[in-house]
Amino acid sequence: MALNISDIKRIAHLARLEISEQEATQTLTKLTGILGLIEQMQAVDTTGITPMSHSQDVVQRLRDDVVTKTNMREAFQANAPKVGNGAAEKAVYGGLYLVSQVIE
Amino acid sequence: MEWAKNNWEVVIGLETHTQLKTNTKIFSGASTQYGAEPNTQACEVSIALPGVLPVLNKQAVECAIKFGLAINAAIPSRSVFSRKNYFYPDLPKGYQISQFELPVVGKGNVTIQVPAGKNTAAYEKTIHITRAHLEEDAGKSSHGVVEGMSGIDLNRAGTPLLEIVTEPDMRSAAEAVAYAKKLHELVQWIDICDGNMQEGSFRCDVNVSVRPKGTEKLGTRREIKNLNSFKFMQQAIEYETRWQIETLEDGGTIQQATVLFNPDTGETRAMRSKEEANDYRYFPDPDLLPLEVTAADTTRVQAAMPELPEAMKSRFVVEYGLSSYDAATLTTSRGMADYFVATVNAGAEAKPAANWVMGDIASYMNKNTELLSSPPISPAQLANLLKRITDGTISGKIAKEVLNEMLLKVGASTASVRETVTGEGAFYNDFGDNFADNIIEAKGLKQVSDSGAIEAIIDEVLAVNQVMVEEYKAGKEKAFNALVGQAMKASKGKANPAQVNEILKKKLTE
Repeated sequence: MALNISDIKRIAHLARLEISEQEATQTLTKLTGILGLIEQMQAVDTTGITPMSHSQDVVQRLRDDVVTKTNMREAFQANAPKVGNGAAEKAVYGGLYLVSQVIE
Repeated sequence: MEWAKNNWEVVIGLETHTQLKTNTKIFSGASTQYGAEPNTQACEVSIALPGVLPVLNKQAVECAIKFGLAINAAIPSRSVFSRKNYFYPDLPKGYQISQFELPVVGKGNVTIQVPAGKNTAAYEKTIHITRAHLEEDAGKSSHGVVEGMSGIDLNRAGTPLLEIVTEPDMRSAAEAVAYAKKLHELVQWIDICDGNMQEGSFRCDVNVSVRPKGTEKLGTRREIKNLNSFKFMQQAIEYETRWQIETLEDGGTIQQATVLFNPDTGETRAMRSKEEANDYRYFPDPDLLPLEVTAADTTRVQAAMPELPEAMKSRFVVEYGLSSYDAATLTTSRGMADYFVATVNAGAEAKPAANWVMGDIASYMNKNTELLSSPPISPAQLANLLKRITDGTISGKIAKEVLNEMLLKVGASTASVRETVTGEGAFYNDFGDNFADNIIEAKGLKQVSDSGAIEAIIDEVLAVNQVMVEEYKAGKEKAFNALVGQAMKASKGKANPAQVNEILKKKLTE
């Protein structure tokens, strides 16, 4: 599978990564290398082998349905970034985290 | 507007998000209780602090297995959690943990009863379930709390959901609503979801497409998002169907889109068209190992399963001699079915118990939905009342009067303090098991079965109703019923009707 520069830009956009033209070109080279490696692996015959979904062949451990977390809002929100230019206020309001307005 | 509805067929599939009844979130020990102050139940996993890891909730998995068993589905021995990648502030990780290729519940089916319509009879239909998978809910955003900002509450983030997906099996709004209602009952019946639609515990996305009748190829579908009422679902599907047919008949084409229903206008409207169409780039979540469900797990969950509505319905017919219709009505909700069984176990005869539960008790509850989540009187109290009809203490008519008195007393005394509890240990009221007996006693409603007393009443009635007596003797049968009526009235409804009939007949032929 061959990638081109517009694929790179699209993937970067989906991941909300801002990349320059130069970075895009570099990334194209790196990703193409990785895909080449995968192509090599695909040459191996894996007929009859169940694909693994995790690198370790163990299964999920389950947790009992008991509340163990307490209210840590104050501690977490102490970390919130400041709103606006040089403002002292944190980006929280009435217990809510504030972000730039998003409307569907 | 003219539109040739008859030339078109609507094809509907549903995706339903049911919030699972767990104490904690699917991947952390934070509480899922509804209505808490913003972000007080948002732990480090819910807000996606770097370095945190998800640990799967056992109860959420058991809920999923329960559902699988209830729809006769295959429960795969292994399922996998995947990341569904997209950006929105109420999803702080940048991906939702969901299941993609290997869901926890495979193919199953649900039988629905579609009620009779204007021109159609009621019928049954099997709806095929494609899959059901576990995933986490997102947080909630509120816009405009602060100028130019959106506020994010992550209490809901990480709440366990079971997304239940059907095949495109439904062919009308009525079928879709019948399915949604059936599913809503079922998840509550097996106790995996509280079914509270106002609080968003049960929300449906409906995929609608149309195609010319007789063709196989599916039309392009539009998805109506987040319907949380059956009424809106009906309206939204009807509007959307008409819109699609009109668009196609006018020579237009349907673009795949996500639409929202506006209850105020009754219309559906497309949300932003997705130029970067759903590219979620699913991949297995490396933070979670495959989920293994063993035969022993399934057996253990099966053992704890309640009897399912279909099985209970058949049992009611066989065990209690109820009609199939009555049995179906009683098993529309587990609360009603349990209440009926408890009434019978408390000594009432099955058939009258069924009638009173489906009739007077159900209609009182329907009228007082804001006050009641459980019936107003206990099964023992209802059984006490019904036993008094059977043993001849009161007539069926007086029994209604006694019940009304009971409901009045309950309404006046405890309505405001009743709690949302059902089942064993439920609180009904403070009036004791002999509630009905006490009212019969206090109001002197005991049926008069003393033949001397009845004879005296009848003699009086005959004396003042000579005209009717003559009419009867002249062959007018109706006059007899009128005389019975007069005698019952004279006894204030307390005379034993069978005895009145018998004595009156005897007197008139003397």
